[in-house]
Amino acid sequence: MSLRQILGKIGLWFAVFVVVSPAILFFLWMASLSVKFEVDNAAYPPVFIPERFAWTNYADVLASNRFLTYFVNSLIVTGTATGLAMLVGVPAGYGIARMAAHKSAIVILIARITPGLSYLIPLFLLFQWLGLLGTLVPQIIIHLVVTVPIVIWIMIGYFETTPLELEEAALIDGATRWQVFRHVALPIARPGLAVAFILAVIFSWNNFVFGIVLAGRETRTLPVAVYNMISFDQLSWGPLAAAALIVTFPVLLLTVLAQRQIVAGLTAGAVKGG
Amino acid sequence: MAELTPAAADAAPGQEWRPPSYWPFVVPALVVVLAVIVFPWAFTIWMSLNEWKVGTPTTFVGFANYLRMPNDPRFVEAVGHTLLYTGLSVLLPLILGTFAAVVFHAKFPGRGFLRGVFIMPMMATPVAIALVWTMMFHPQLGVLNYLLSLVGLPPQLWVFHPGTVIPSLVLVETWQWTPLVMLIVLGGLAAIPTEPYESAQIDGASVWQVFRYITLPLITPFLFIAGMIRMIDAVKSFDIIFAITQGGPGSASETINLYLYSVAFIYYDLGYGSAIAVIFFLLIVAMAALMLHLRQRMMWTEIGSGA
Repeated sequence: MSLRQILGKIGLWFAVFVVVSPAILFFLWMASLSVKFEVDNAAYPPVFIPERFAWTNYADVLASNRFLTYFVNSLIVTGTATGLAMLVGVPAGYGIARMAAHKSAIVILIARITPGLSYLIPLFLLFQWLGLLGTLVPQIIIHLVVTVPIVIWIMIGYFETTPLELEEAALIDGATRWQVFRHVALPIARPGLAVAFILAVIFSWNNFVFGIVLAGRETRTLPVAVYNMISFDQLSWGPLAAAALIVTFPVLLLTVLAQRQIVAGLTAGAVKGG
Repeated sequence: MAELTPAAADAAPGQEWRPPSYWPFVVPALVVVLAVIVFPWAFTIWMSLNEWKVGTPTTFVGFANYLRMPNDPRFVEAVGHTLLYTGLSVLLPLILGTFAAVVFHAKFPGRGFLRGVFIMPMMATPVAIALVWTMMFHPQLGVLNYLLSLVGLPPQLWVFHPGTVIPSLVLVETWQWTPLVMLIVLGGLAAIPTEPYESAQIDGASVWQVFRYITLPLITPFLFIAGMIRMIDAVKSFDIIFAITQGGPGSASETINLYLYSVAFIYYDLGYGSAIAVIFFLLIVAMAALMLHLRQRMMWTEIGSGA
């Protein structure tokens, strides 16, 4: 190896370090905040690894029974909104791709551009009129604004690339359109299903703006619960950081485990609804 | 499935085959889209023409809500904040994201894992992120002022001073969304052929020359897409600003989206709020159109100078 190559290697690793460190340092600092007692969090100069670990921060957050309620709320809202979106969005993506109805994608595009708050005003009034406020139903329905466009958009992309020959053959052999979809198109598009599902789950889980308007005390999802911890209940940093980490941990885990699918979906342009 | 293919070859030619209707597949989604996307839009436009405060009767006022905006100093100020915030939040991630993409385009061990780590900021729950940034921005106890002191810089007030609040929020936004630009540009880099690089190497071009005259022109379309997506997201940015400053101090970081929230859900002035929502949407569309127009003109000048 020549000197020039060695220098190149060192330069590359230095660049990698510079690029990745803001993300790594931030999450390490977040973890550090969450395992420190108040004394250490208020220390100057800051303490990175404390002498005594405050695991009680986590225990406190998890033990409060409200937190469990909010966790279950988040599971229900994200689970139902994603499930419904897959149910209607996957066939729709298939139909749009096969009809080559590219103009219909404009609706998806408009949904992508529209600020989430614009949906909230009319739907808030509608839910109030229907007497649904105070239940989880409004949040499930409004999360569809996030999940349905993501699923449709990604599935259009996948079904457009799957080969038509097999489907035509099956149709000629007498299969119904539904059978073709179910037994020929869907199995081939399985990677696409995974991408759509993962992204819909993440963006629904992270959603905050719909919750602050529509959630009552009993119907908060985790992001809203954490926000309310800042403003009302909790002032010490340790438990706050612990709660923040618990909320976002499932997503971070999913990001690292499924990074190939996520990268595939995000580069397809379907980022962030609402 | 392998047996099916020859059958298709036999049957397909000659037979007049009409493609079946795929409408049944689309109808359920159409219903959902009509209910949660089209209906709210239609309702918003109608409401924007009415004086509608919660608890008072509705009256039709025509365009009065729209005419209120130019004379509403808080709205005008919010437009300014939005443009500043958006401009910075497009530019910085584009520059840093391109750099990151060039780095990740190189081959090194652990690249996949590190790429996963690198995109964590954009996937993490924004409110959780905002909470930790708020702690880091703290003027006395925050780690950022400590880091500044290490390199000999004076402590800052970050999000707690009107003059520095927008740049501080842009810092968070940049940290969060640079990975998206990186992913898009990385996709562009993967599509570049290797020949130009080989000839450049033979000609002895420097790293910077290679980037400036080969890589950059070839990834411009991807930079444009990234800029467009970034613009749309930055204009609408809500979670980070709301969770960190709520538009403050005072109204120094109040963007259109934050003001819209206050009007609609704090003052419950739904008619005016709807009008702001419509104008906000049109503003985003106009900015997107402007970017498309600039792109078109750039392309023409490129072709013109190339000929």
